[in-house]
Amino acid sequence: MRSLRLVWIYPDLLSTYGDRGNALVLERRARLRGVPVQVLEVNSDQPVPRDGHIYLMGGGEDLPQTLATRRLQADGGLHEAVRKGAVLFAVCAGYQMLGVEFGGAEDQPVAGLGLLDIRSGRGERRAVGEIVADVDPALQVPRLTGFENHQGVTERGPRARPLARTVLGTGNGDGTEGTYAGRVLGTYLHGPALVRNPGLADLLLSWALGPLPPLPAEAEELSQRLRDERLAAAAAQQPS
Amino acid sequence: MDVKPPRSRLPMRARLATTVGSAAATVSRLAGKGDGSVIGGIIGLRLQPDLLSLLAAGRRVVLVTGTNGKTTTTRLITAALGALGQEIASNIYGANMEAGLASALSRAPHATLAVLETDEKYIPAMVKATSPRVVVLLNLSRDQMDRAAEIWLLARRWREALADAPGCRVVANADDPLVAWAAGAARQVTWVAAGQRWRDDSWCCPHCGAHLERDGDDWSCRECANRRPPVSWVLTGDQVIDPTGRERPLELALPGRANRANAVVALAVADVFGVNITRALRELRAVTSVAGRYTQVTRRGCDIRLLLAKNPAGWLEALDVLAPPPVPVLLSVNAQGPDGRDTSWLWDVDYRRLRDRAVLVGGERRLDLAVRLEADEVPFRLVNDIDEAVDLAGAASANLEVLANYTAFQQYRAVLGRAL
Ligand SMILES: [Zn+2]
Repeated sequence: MRSLRLVWIYPDLLSTYGDRGNALVLERRARLRGVPVQVLEVNSDQPVPRDGHIYLMGGGEDLPQTLATRRLQADGGLHEAVRKGAVLFAVCAGYQMLGVEFGGAEDQPVAGLGLLDIRSGRGERRAVGEIVADVDPALQVPRLTGFENHQGVTERGPRARPLARTVLGTGNGDGTEGTYAGRVLGTYLHGPALVRNPGLADLLLSWALGPLPPLPAEAEELSQRLRDERLAAAAAQQPS
Repeated sequence: MDVKPPRSRLPMRARLATTVGSAAATVSRLAGKGDGSVIGGIIGLRLQPDLLSLLAAGRRVVLVTGTNGKTTTTRLITAALGALGQEIASNIYGANMEAGLASALSRAPHATLAVLETDEKYIPAMVKATSPRVVVLLNLSRDQMDRAAEIWLLARRWREALADAPGCRVVANADDPLVAWAAGAARQVTWVAAGQRWRDDSWCCPHCGAHLERDGDDWSCRECANRRPPVSWVLTGDQVIDPTGRERPLELALPGRANRANAVVALAVADVFGVNITRALRELRAVTSVAGRYTQVTRRGCDIRLLLAKNPAGWLEALDVLAPPPVPVLLSVNAQGPDGRDTSWLWDVDYRRLRDRAVLVGGERRLDLAVRLEADEVPFRLVNDIDEAVDLAGAASANLEVLANYTAFQQYRAVLGRAL
């Protein structure tokens, strides 16, 4: 691979919680390993390129979420890329959109993109706050730390696995957090989920690039400090 | 004109409510817990739930809202209307929910004018309660997302509330598509070309969702009839053009494009009340700081200027205002309740223009900001407090620019003295 193509889907509709951070983290971690990176920001009035390596989808309000789903369905580019083995990482509204169905405005069911075997609807209460979750051991990614802000409840069908088990926070609403199947991965850790979870960023990069060398310690120092600080703050917040 | 002071018309129970409320406010002030406006209002409202309507009756009320610039614009409008020579009620301490508004009115029982900063989410309820003469809509963008302020939804609620308030004139920023759409439902609108620096929340039409065409400040929807309305007040550079086409230099003491936009809005409001524009402009130029913002203070021989910005759009405007290098800048971020507990918004700001200057990073969430700056390849030093920043800055410059979000700003203000 001469360079890594990151495709950020619809920042005009699906970017409300610092979603740019996920693109920036992937870009930085690939570059530090000597891989040139091309970031394509694709707005909802543009065709989705079919030859990207990693696709990113962010959060959004109900109406933009429904609009974005309709446009991606009509465009077909994302489906084709995923069929050809591209990596897809989606957050919050983007995560729900990947499923068979999600709750739109007034919780009316809206048909999703069908890229993950999940169904989402609206829960009783909005889940807002720090979230901590232990990742499926098969993925070999350290404990997740992040912030969630959603009212979604997500159920999985047999063709999807939970990404993690929650230690603190709500996630999917059943003690699990996020979903993955093949190289498609969704999470309620909103905004720049990869900032505090470089291990998850490297998992996505390794799906696209193959095995990765570790980064020099000084390049990891700040994000490791941030991660430790947030995990310690979450531990202090938990009832013992 | 009815000159009977509004308070004497209050029913007995409401009068008692304002008296008890203001006693509580005094106790709170004496106890050193802020200015007491919220606690006074809360107690008053508990005794008399429709207190705000009673207090607002018979007064000409201006409500000021928007994601950014509410406090400053409220101050500027109050200054401009000062030319009328009447007492004006205003929540100058930024307590902008129902209790804060009630308290501001009860503290000025004889004021026939009221200029009230109002939280974005409370606009529908406050429009109902106060029957305002004017509602000012400045801008709408992402802010404190952990409070679930979904802005398309908020714009819709504004729109419905204003459609329901036929007696009210709206003064609105035509350059912000969400604001323009919300204001478009009102009967009478004064459109101001106040500009829009932050656009990442308005690429799509709030009416139909299609992509908007943008050409400079102009915008229109590709699919429906929604477009930028024709404006009557214009900000261009440092000049304001009024509805007659007359151009005047603003020459404000307050810095930055955002404040010039706020001043033009204030002039448009003053015009609604028949204030002479030249006279109003003189009042606006005399405003040098707003609740500690923009004031200079000297500490250990270093001249410090404090800037407050709470969200991506605010930071974008504030970065424009910074004195040029080599003046160092201290960026400071907290994530307490009033700031929003989520720091994701830091990733929506582009910091690359700070690459060639000395940057210091403080606040309770400095590591979040540090990782953000690292991603933008901006060199920085972490500091624990304002004095460490002053010491580090002092070596290179006699000045320090400080940009902080809400509670970080208040903490520095407390350290630097309430004189601010
Ligand atoms: Zn439209």
